[in-house]
Amino acid sequence: MNKRWLELSVGAMMVAGIAALVALALQVSGGSMRNVGHYPVSALFENAAGLGPKAKVTMAGVTIGEVVAVGIDPDTLMAEVRMQIYGQINYLSIDSSASILTAGLLGEKYVGITAGAEDDLLGAGDVIEDTQSALILEELIGQFLINLGDK
Amino acid sequence: MLRFVVDCIANLGAVLLHKLVQMGQALLMLLQATTVQPKASSLTRLIQQLYVVGVQSLIIILVSALFIGMVLGLQGFTLLSAYGSEQAVGQMVALTLVRELAPVVAALLFAGRAGSALTAEIGLMKATEQLASLEMFGIDPLHRIVAPRFWAGIISLPLLVAIFSLVGIYGGHLVAVEWLGVYSGSYWGNMQQAVDFNEDVLNGMLKALVFAFLISWIALYQGYSCLPTSQGISAATTRTVVYSSLAILGFDFILTALMFGGAV
Repeated sequence: MNKRWLELSVGAMMVAGIAALVALALQVSGGSMRNVGHYPVSALFENAAGLGPKAKVTMAGVTIGEVVAVGIDPDTLMAEVRMQIYGQINYLSIDSSASILTAGLLGEKYVGITAGAEDDLLGAGDVIEDTQSALILEELIGQFLINLGDK
Repeated sequence: MLRFVVDCIANLGAVLLHKLVQMGQALLMLLQATTVQPKASSLTRLIQQLYVVGVQSLIIILVSALFIGMVLGLQGFTLLSAYGSEQAVGQMVALTLVRELAPVVAALLFAGRAGSALTAEIGLMKATEQLASLEMFGIDPLHRIVAPRFWAGIISLPLLVAIFSLVGIYGGHLVAVEWLGVYSGSYWGNMQQAVDFNEDVLNGMLKALVFAFLISWIALYQGYSCLPTSQGISAATTRTVVYSSLAILGFDFILTALMFGGAV
Protein backbone atom coordinates (compact mmCIF):
# COMPACT_ATOMS: atom_id res chain seq x y z
CA MET A 1 0.00 0.00 0.00
CA ASN A 2 1.39 3.31 -1.15
CA LYS A 3 1.72 5.64 1.84
CA ARG A 4 0.68 8.69 -0.14
CA TRP A 5 -2.51 7.01 -1.30
CA LEU A 6 -3.23 5.86 2.25
CA GLU A 7 -2.96 9.36 3.66
CA LEU A 8 -4.94 10.79 0.79
CA SER A 9 -7.86 8.41 1.25
CA VAL A 10 -7.97 8.89 5.02
CA GLY A 11 -7.89 12.65 4.55
CA ALA A 12 -10.65 12.42 1.94
CA MET A 13 -12.80 10.42 4.35
CA MET A 14 -12.32 13.00 7.10
CA VAL A 15 -13.21 15.83 4.74
CA ALA A 16 -16.25 13.91 3.46
CA GLY A 17 -17.43 13.22 7.01
CA ILE A 18 -17.08 16.81 8.15
CA ALA A 19 -18.66 18.06 4.94
CA ALA A 20 -21.59 15.71 5.55
CA LEU A 21 -22.00 17.15 9.04
CA VAL A 22 -21.95 20.69 7.65
CA ALA A 23 -24.49 19.69 5.01
CA LEU A 24 -26.69 18.18 7.72
CA ALA A 25 -26.47 21.48 9.57
CA LEU A 26 -27.26 23.70 6.60
CA GLN A 27 -29.36 21.70 4.18
CA VAL A 28 -31.23 19.32 6.48
CA SER A 29 -31.81 21.32 9.63
CA GLY A 30 -31.82 24.64 7.82
CA GLY A 31 -29.29 26.02 10.27
CA SER A 32 -32.07 26.21 12.82
CA MET A 33 -31.01 26.22 16.42
CA ARG A 34 -34.12 26.98 18.36
CA ASN A 35 -32.44 27.20 21.73
CA VAL A 36 -30.54 30.42 21.24
CA GLY A 37 -31.78 33.32 23.34
CA HIS A 38 -35.38 33.54 24.42
CA TYR A 39 -37.50 35.05 27.17
CA PRO A 40 -40.44 33.55 29.08
CA VAL A 41 -43.99 34.83 28.75
CA SER A 42 -47.17 33.26 30.04
CA ALA A 43 -50.86 33.52 29.29
CA LEU A 44 -54.04 32.35 31.06
CA PHE A 45 -56.63 30.57 28.94
CA GLU A 46 -60.08 29.34 29.93
CA ASN A 47 -59.41 26.21 27.93
CA ALA A 48 -56.13 25.00 26.48
CA ALA A 49 -57.35 21.65 25.15
CA GLY A 50 -54.88 19.98 22.80
CA LEU A 51 -52.01 22.36 23.51
CA GLY A 52 -48.81 20.81 24.81
CA PRO A 53 -45.11 21.52 25.25
CA LYS A 54 -43.21 22.20 21.99
CA ALA A 55 -46.30 23.64 20.29
CA LYS A 56 -45.47 26.62 18.10
CA VAL A 57 -46.05 30.22 19.08
CA THR A 58 -46.66 32.33 15.98
CA MET A 59 -47.37 35.88 15.01
CA ALA A 60 -48.79 36.63 11.58
CA GLY A 61 -48.05 33.01 10.69
CA VAL A 62 -44.35 33.27 11.54
CA THR A 63 -42.97 31.09 14.33
CA ILE A 64 -41.63 33.32 17.10
CA GLY A 65 -41.33 30.82 19.96
CA GLU A 66 -42.61 27.65 21.52
CA VAL A 67 -44.79 26.47 24.40
CA VAL A 68 -42.76 25.18 27.35
CA ALA A 69 -45.44 23.93 29.74
CA VAL A 70 -49.19 23.89 30.23
CA GLY A 71 -50.56 23.76 33.76
CA ILE A 72 -53.36 24.97 36.00
CA ASP A 73 -52.97 28.33 37.69
CA PRO A 74 -54.08 27.63 41.31
CA ASP A 75 -55.55 31.10 41.90
CA THR A 76 -57.79 31.48 38.91
CA LEU A 77 -58.16 27.77 38.05
CA MET A 78 -57.45 28.62 34.43
CA ALA A 79 -54.95 26.95 32.14
CA GLU A 80 -51.59 28.64 32.42
CA VAL A 81 -49.55 28.34 29.22
CA ARG A 82 -45.88 29.17 29.62
CA MET A 83 -44.04 30.08 26.43
CA GLN A 84 -40.57 31.03 25.31
CA ILE A 85 -40.36 33.81 22.77
CA TYR A 86 -37.19 34.13 20.70
CA GLY A 87 -34.87 36.85 21.96
CA GLN A 88 -34.83 38.77 18.69
CA ILE A 89 -38.63 39.25 18.87
CA ASN A 90 -38.36 42.02 21.47
CA TYR A 91 -41.04 44.39 20.13
CA LEU A 92 -44.30 42.76 21.31
CA SER A 93 -46.47 45.36 23.06
CA ILE A 94 -47.87 44.64 26.52
CA ASP A 95 -51.49 44.50 25.31
CA SER A 96 -50.81 41.80 22.70
CA SER A 97 -53.45 39.11 22.65
CA ALA A 98 -52.97 35.35 22.45
CA SER A 99 -55.34 32.77 21.02
CA ILE A 100 -55.14 29.03 20.58
CA LEU A 101 -55.52 28.10 16.94
CA THR A 102 -55.59 24.88 14.95
CA ALA A 103 -53.51 24.18 11.86
CA GLY A 104 -56.05 22.83 9.41
CA LEU A 105 -59.26 21.13 10.57
CA LEU A 106 -57.64 18.35 12.58
CA GLY A 107 -54.07 19.61 12.74
CA GLU A 108 -51.90 20.48 15.68
CA LYS A 109 -52.79 23.28 18.09
CA TYR A 110 -50.61 26.36 18.31
CA VAL A 111 -50.64 29.76 19.96
CA GLY A 112 -51.19 32.80 17.77
CA ILE A 113 -50.11 36.20 19.06
CA THR A 114 -51.74 39.34 17.73
CA ALA A 115 -49.80 42.54 18.31
CA GLY A 116 -51.36 45.30 20.39
CA ALA A 117 -51.03 49.08 20.26
CA GLU A 118 -49.41 50.08 23.58
CA ASP A 119 -45.93 51.55 23.69
CA ASP A 120 -44.93 49.42 26.67
CA LEU A 121 -43.29 46.21 25.59
CA LEU A 122 -43.82 42.67 26.79
CA GLY A 123 -40.81 41.60 28.85
CA ALA A 124 -39.53 38.47 30.52
CA GLY A 125 -42.08 36.91 32.89
CA ASP A 126 -45.01 39.09 31.77
CA VAL A 127 -48.51 37.67 31.46
CA ILE A 128 -50.62 38.16 28.35
CA GLU A 129 -54.05 39.26 29.60
CA ASP A 130 -56.16 39.19 26.48
CA THR A 131 -56.66 35.57 25.49
CA GLN A 132 -58.98 33.49 23.39
CA SER A 133 -59.43 29.80 24.17
CA ALA A 134 -59.05 26.74 22.03
CA LEU A 135 -61.79 25.88 19.62
CA ILE A 136 -63.19 22.54 20.70
CA LEU A 137 -64.70 20.61 17.85
CA GLU A 138 -67.03 18.55 20.06
CA GLU A 139 -68.55 21.66 21.69
CA LEU A 140 -68.98 23.24 18.30
CA ILE A 141 -70.76 20.16 16.94
CA GLY A 142 -72.91 20.03 20.12
CA GLN A 143 -73.89 23.68 19.63
CA PHE A 144 -74.70 23.01 16.02
CA LEU A 145 -76.92 20.03 16.92
CA ILE A 146 -78.80 22.05 19.55
CA ASN A 147 -79.40 24.83 17.03
CA LEU A 148 -80.58 22.22 14.55
CA GLY A 149 -83.01 20.84 17.14
CA ASP A 150 -84.53 24.27 17.79
CA LYS A 151 -85.72 24.72 14.24
CA MET B 1 -31.14 -32.02 47.12
CA LEU B 2 -29.85 -29.24 49.31
CA ARG B 3 -26.40 -29.97 47.98
CA PHE B 4 -27.65 -29.51 44.43
CA VAL B 5 -29.22 -26.13 45.19
CA VAL B 6 -26.07 -24.95 46.93
CA ASP B 7 -24.01 -26.08 43.93
CA CYS B 8 -26.29 -24.21 41.56
CA ILE B 9 -25.97 -21.00 43.57
CA ALA B 10 -22.22 -21.45 43.81
CA ASN B 11 -21.98 -21.92 40.02
CA LEU B 12 -24.02 -18.80 39.46
CA GLY B 13 -21.69 -16.91 41.76
CA ALA B 14 -18.66 -18.26 39.94
CA VAL B 15 -20.05 -17.17 36.57
CA LEU B 16 -20.83 -13.71 37.91
CA LEU B 17 -17.38 -13.35 39.44
CA HIS B 18 -15.76 -14.50 36.20
CA LYS B 19 -17.75 -11.91 34.24
CA LEU B 20 -16.81 -9.21 36.73
CA VAL B 21 -13.13 -10.13 36.43
CA GLN B 22 -13.42 -9.97 32.64
CA MET B 23 -15.06 -6.54 32.79
CA GLY B 24 -12.33 -5.36 35.13
CA GLN B 25 -9.67 -6.65 32.74
CA ALA B 26 -11.40 -4.95 29.83
CA LEU B 27 -11.50 -1.66 31.72
CA LEU B 28 -7.82 -1.95 32.68
CA MET B 29 -6.91 -2.71 29.06
CA LEU B 30 -8.80 0.36 27.92
CA LEU B 31 -7.24 2.59 30.56
CA GLN B 32 -3.71 1.41 29.79
CA ALA B 33 -4.22 1.76 26.06
CA THR B 34 -5.73 5.23 26.15
CA THR B 35 -3.74 6.93 28.89
CA VAL B 36 -0.49 7.16 27.02
CA GLN B 37 1.55 10.09 25.76
CA PRO B 38 1.16 10.03 21.95
CA LYS B 39 4.39 10.06 19.96
CA ALA B 40 4.98 11.36 16.45
CA SER B 41 5.07 7.82 15.09
CA SER B 42 1.69 6.99 16.63
CA LEU B 43 0.05 9.36 14.15
CA THR B 44 1.29 7.23 11.26
CA ARG B 45 -0.17 4.14 12.90
CA LEU B 46 -3.43 5.97 13.55
CA ILE B 47 -3.71 6.93 9.89
CA GLN B 48 -2.98 3.35 8.89
CA GLN B 49 -5.83 2.16 11.13
CA LEU B 50 -8.17 4.93 10.02
CA TYR B 51 -7.72 3.57 6.53
CA VAL B 52 -8.46 -0.02 7.55
CA VAL B 53 -11.31 0.78 9.92
CA GLY B 54 -12.83 3.84 8.31
CA VAL B 55 -12.08 4.13 4.61
CA GLN B 56 -12.59 0.45 3.93
CA SER B 57 -16.02 0.61 5.61
CA LEU B 58 -17.09 3.49 3.37
CA ILE B 59 -18.44 1.39 0.52
CA ILE B 60 -20.80 -0.71 2.63
CA ILE B 61 -21.95 2.42 4.49
CA LEU B 62 -22.61 4.34 1.27
CA VAL B 63 -24.49 1.53 -0.44
CA SER B 64 -26.65 0.63 2.54
CA ALA B 65 -27.37 4.30 3.30
CA LEU B 66 -28.56 4.86 -0.26
CA PHE B 67 -30.86 1.85 -0.20
CA ILE B 68 -32.21 2.52 3.29
CA GLY B 69 -32.96 6.12 2.30
CA MET B 70 -34.70 4.93 -0.86
CA VAL B 71 -36.78 2.39 1.04
CA LEU B 72 -37.74 5.01 3.64
CA GLY B 73 -38.78 7.38 0.85
CA LEU B 74 -40.89 4.72 -0.81
CA GLN B 75 -42.51 3.42 2.37
CA GLY B 76 -43.05 6.91 3.72
CA PHE B 77 -44.66 8.00 0.46
CA THR B 78 -47.12 5.09 0.32
CA LEU B 79 -47.98 5.44 3.99
CA LEU B 80 -48.34 9.23 4.00
CA SER B 81 -50.19 9.48 0.69
CA ALA B 82 -53.02 7.52 2.32
CA TYR B 83 -53.52 10.64 4.48
CA GLY B 84 -52.86 13.05 1.66
CA SER B 85 -49.72 14.37 3.32
CA GLU B 86 -46.98 12.91 1.15
CA GLN B 87 -45.12 16.22 1.27
CA ALA B 88 -44.15 15.30 4.85
CA VAL B 89 -42.01 12.46 3.52
CA GLY B 90 -38.81 14.55 3.70
CA GLN B 91 -39.37 15.23 7.35
CA MET B 92 -40.04 11.55 8.05
CA VAL B 93 -36.98 10.33 6.15
CA ALA B 94 -34.68 12.89 7.74
CA LEU B 95 -35.84 12.42 11.32
CA THR B 96 -35.80 8.63 11.08
CA LEU B 97 -32.31 8.66 9.64
CA VAL B 98 -30.71 11.35 11.75
CA ARG B 99 -32.15 10.23 15.06
CA GLU B 100 -32.22 6.46 14.78
CA LEU B 101 -31.35 4.58 11.65
CA ALA B 102 -28.08 6.22 10.71
CA PRO B 103 -26.36 5.71 14.08
CA VAL B 104 -27.79 2.24 14.68
CA VAL B 105 -27.46 0.71 11.21
CA ALA B 106 -24.05 2.26 10.60
CA ALA B 107 -22.89 0.97 13.99
CA LEU B 108 -24.22 -2.54 13.30
CA LEU B 109 -22.50 -2.59 9.91
CA PHE B 110 -19.35 -1.17 11.47
CA ALA B 111 -19.38 -3.91 14.13
CA GLY B 112 -19.71 -6.55 11.43
CA ARG B 113 -17.26 -5.00 9.01
CA ALA B 114 -14.56 -3.46 11.21
CA GLY B 115 -15.12 -4.84 14.71
CA SER B 116 -14.88 -8.47 13.68
CA ALA B 117 -11.76 -7.74 11.63
CA LEU B 118 -10.10 -6.05 14.60
CA THR B 119 -10.84 -9.02 16.85
CA ALA B 120 -9.59 -11.54 14.32
CA GLU B 121 -6.44 -9.52 13.62
CA ILE B 122 -5.48 -9.10 17.26
CA GLY B 123 -6.51 -12.67 18.07
CA LEU B 124 -4.24 -13.98 15.35
CA MET B 125 -1.42 -11.76 16.56
CA LYS B 126 -1.90 -13.32 19.96
CA ALA B 127 -2.09 -16.86 18.60
CA THR B 128 1.10 -16.43 16.58
CA GLU B 129 2.76 -14.85 19.62
CA GLN B 130 3.40 -11.53 17.91
CA LEU B 131 2.06 -9.71 20.95
CA ALA B 132 4.41 -11.67 23.24
CA SER B 133 7.41 -10.91 21.00
CA LEU B 134 6.57 -7.21 21.00
CA GLU B 135 6.63 -7.35 24.77
CA MET B 136 10.05 -9.07 24.62
CA PHE B 137 11.33 -6.09 22.65
CA GLY B 138 10.06 -3.91 25.46
CA ILE B 139 7.21 -2.50 23.33
CA ASP B 140 3.84 -2.41 25.07
CA PRO B 141 1.34 -4.04 22.67
CA LEU B 142 -1.45 -2.06 24.32
CA HIS B 143 0.15 1.17 23.15
CA ARG B 144 1.45 -0.13 19.86
CA ILE B 145 -1.47 -2.31 18.69
CA VAL B 146 -4.59 -1.57 20.73
CA ALA B 147 -4.47 2.22 21.16
CA PRO B 148 -4.37 3.27 17.45
CA ARG B 149 -7.17 0.84 16.61
CA PHE B 150 -9.29 2.16 19.45
CA TRP B 151 -8.91 5.81 18.43
CA ALA B 152 -9.43 4.93 14.79
CA GLY B 153 -12.80 3.40 15.69
CA ILE B 154 -13.79 6.41 17.80
CA ILE B 155 -12.92 8.84 15.00
CA SER B 156 -14.31 6.85 12.07
CA LEU B 157 -17.80 5.90 13.17
CA PRO B 158 -19.19 9.41 13.82
CA LEU B 159 -17.88 10.50 10.40
CA LEU B 160 -19.42 7.44 8.78
CA VAL B 161 -22.74 8.16 10.53
CA ALA B 162 -22.78 11.74 9.23
CA ILE B 163 -22.12 10.43 5.71
CA PHE B 164 -24.80 7.74 6.19
CA SER B 165 -27.44 10.32 7.19
CA LEU B 166 -26.71 12.60 4.28
CA VAL B 167 -26.57 9.85 1.65
CA GLY B 168 -29.78 8.34 3.07
CA ILE B 169 -31.58 11.66 2.84
CA TYR B 170 -30.48 12.05 -0.78
CA GLY B 171 -31.62 8.46 -1.41
CA GLY B 172 -35.04 9.41 -0.06
CA HIS B 173 -34.96 12.50 -2.28
CA LEU B 174 -34.18 10.31 -5.29
CA VAL B 175 -37.26 8.15 -4.75
CA ALA B 176 -39.75 10.65 -3.33
CA VAL B 177 -38.91 13.65 -5.52
CA GLU B 178 -37.36 12.35 -8.71
CA TRP B 179 -39.45 9.23 -9.04
CA LEU B 180 -42.74 9.73 -7.18
CA GLY B 181 -43.04 13.43 -7.88
CA VAL B 182 -43.17 15.03 -4.43
CA TYR B 183 -42.40 18.73 -4.81
CA SER B 184 -38.72 19.23 -4.04
CA GLY B 185 -39.35 22.44 -2.09
CA SER B 186 -41.70 20.75 0.34
CA TYR B 187 -39.32 17.79 0.72
CA TRP B 188 -36.54 20.07 1.92
CA GLY B 189 -38.77 22.71 3.52
CA ASN B 190 -40.66 20.33 5.78
CA MET B 191 -37.39 18.68 6.68
CA GLN B 192 -35.73 21.96 7.63
CA GLN B 193 -38.70 22.89 9.78
CA ALA B 194 -38.72 19.57 11.60
CA VAL B 195 -35.03 18.87 12.08
CA ASP B 196 -33.19 20.81 14.75
CA PHE B 197 -29.41 20.80 14.57
CA ASN B 198 -28.72 20.63 18.30
CA GLU B 199 -31.53 18.33 19.21
CA ASP B 200 -31.54 15.89 16.32
CA VAL B 201 -28.25 15.98 14.43
CA LEU B 202 -25.93 16.43 17.39
CA ASN B 203 -27.79 13.86 19.48
CA GLY B 204 -27.41 11.41 16.58
CA MET B 205 -23.68 12.15 16.54
CA LEU B 206 -23.52 11.60 20.29
CA LYS B 207 -25.14 8.20 19.80
CA ALA B 208 -22.54 7.41 17.15
CA LEU B 209 -19.75 8.34 19.55
CA VAL B 210 -21.14 6.04 22.26
CA PHE B 211 -21.55 3.18 19.78
CA ALA B 212 -18.02 3.71 18.45
CA PHE B 213 -16.68 3.47 21.99
CA LEU B 214 -18.66 0.28 22.68
CA ILE B 215 -17.71 -1.46 19.43
CA SER B 216 -14.02 -0.61 19.61
CA TRP B 217 -13.79 -1.60 23.23
CA ILE B 218 -15.61 -4.91 22.81
CA ALA B 219 -13.74 -5.83 19.63
CA LEU B 220 -10.31 -5.05 21.03
CA TYR B 221 -10.92 -6.76 24.36
CA GLN B 222 -12.29 -9.88 22.68
CA GLY B 223 -9.26 -10.07 20.44
CA TYR B 224 -6.83 -9.32 23.22
CA SER B 225 -8.28 -11.90 25.61
CA CYS B 226 -9.21 -14.69 23.19
CA LEU B 227 -7.90 -18.24 23.47
CA PRO B 228 -4.85 -18.38 21.18
CA THR B 229 -6.23 -21.18 19.02
CA SER B 230 -8.17 -21.17 15.76
CA GLN B 231 -11.39 -22.03 17.61
CA GLY B 232 -10.63 -19.37 20.17
CA ILE B 233 -10.27 -16.70 17.47
CA SER B 234 -13.45 -17.74 15.71
CA ALA B 235 -15.39 -17.76 18.99
CA ALA B 236 -14.00 -14.33 19.92
CA THR B 237 -14.95 -12.91 16.52
CA THR B 238 -18.48 -14.22 16.91
CA ARG B 239 -18.70 -12.79 20.42
CA THR B 240 -17.56 -9.39 19.15
CA VAL B 241 -20.37 -9.20 16.63
CA VAL B 242 -23.01 -10.55 19.02
CA TYR B 243 -22.00 -8.46 22.04
CA SER B 244 -21.53 -5.29 19.98
CA SER B 245 -24.91 -5.67 18.32
CA LEU B 246 -26.66 -6.26 21.62
CA ALA B 247 -24.81 -3.38 23.26
CA ILE B 248 -25.69 -1.05 20.37
CA LEU B 249 -29.39 -1.90 20.48
CA GLY B 250 -29.57 -1.78 24.28
CA PHE B 251 -27.72 1.51 24.58
CA ASP B 252 -29.74 2.93 21.71
CA PHE B 253 -32.89 2.47 23.71
CA ILE B 254 -31.38 4.07 26.80
CA LEU B 255 -29.96 7.00 24.82
CA THR B 256 -33.21 7.51 22.91
CA ALA B 257 -35.16 7.51 26.17
CA LEU B 258 -32.78 10.10 27.62
CA MET B 259 -32.64 12.30 24.51
CA PHE B 260 -36.11 12.16 23.01
CA GLY B 261 -38.10 10.53 25.81
CA GLY B 262 -39.92 13.78 26.47
CA ALA B 263 -38.41 14.74 29.82
CA VAL B 264 -41.42 16.32 31.50
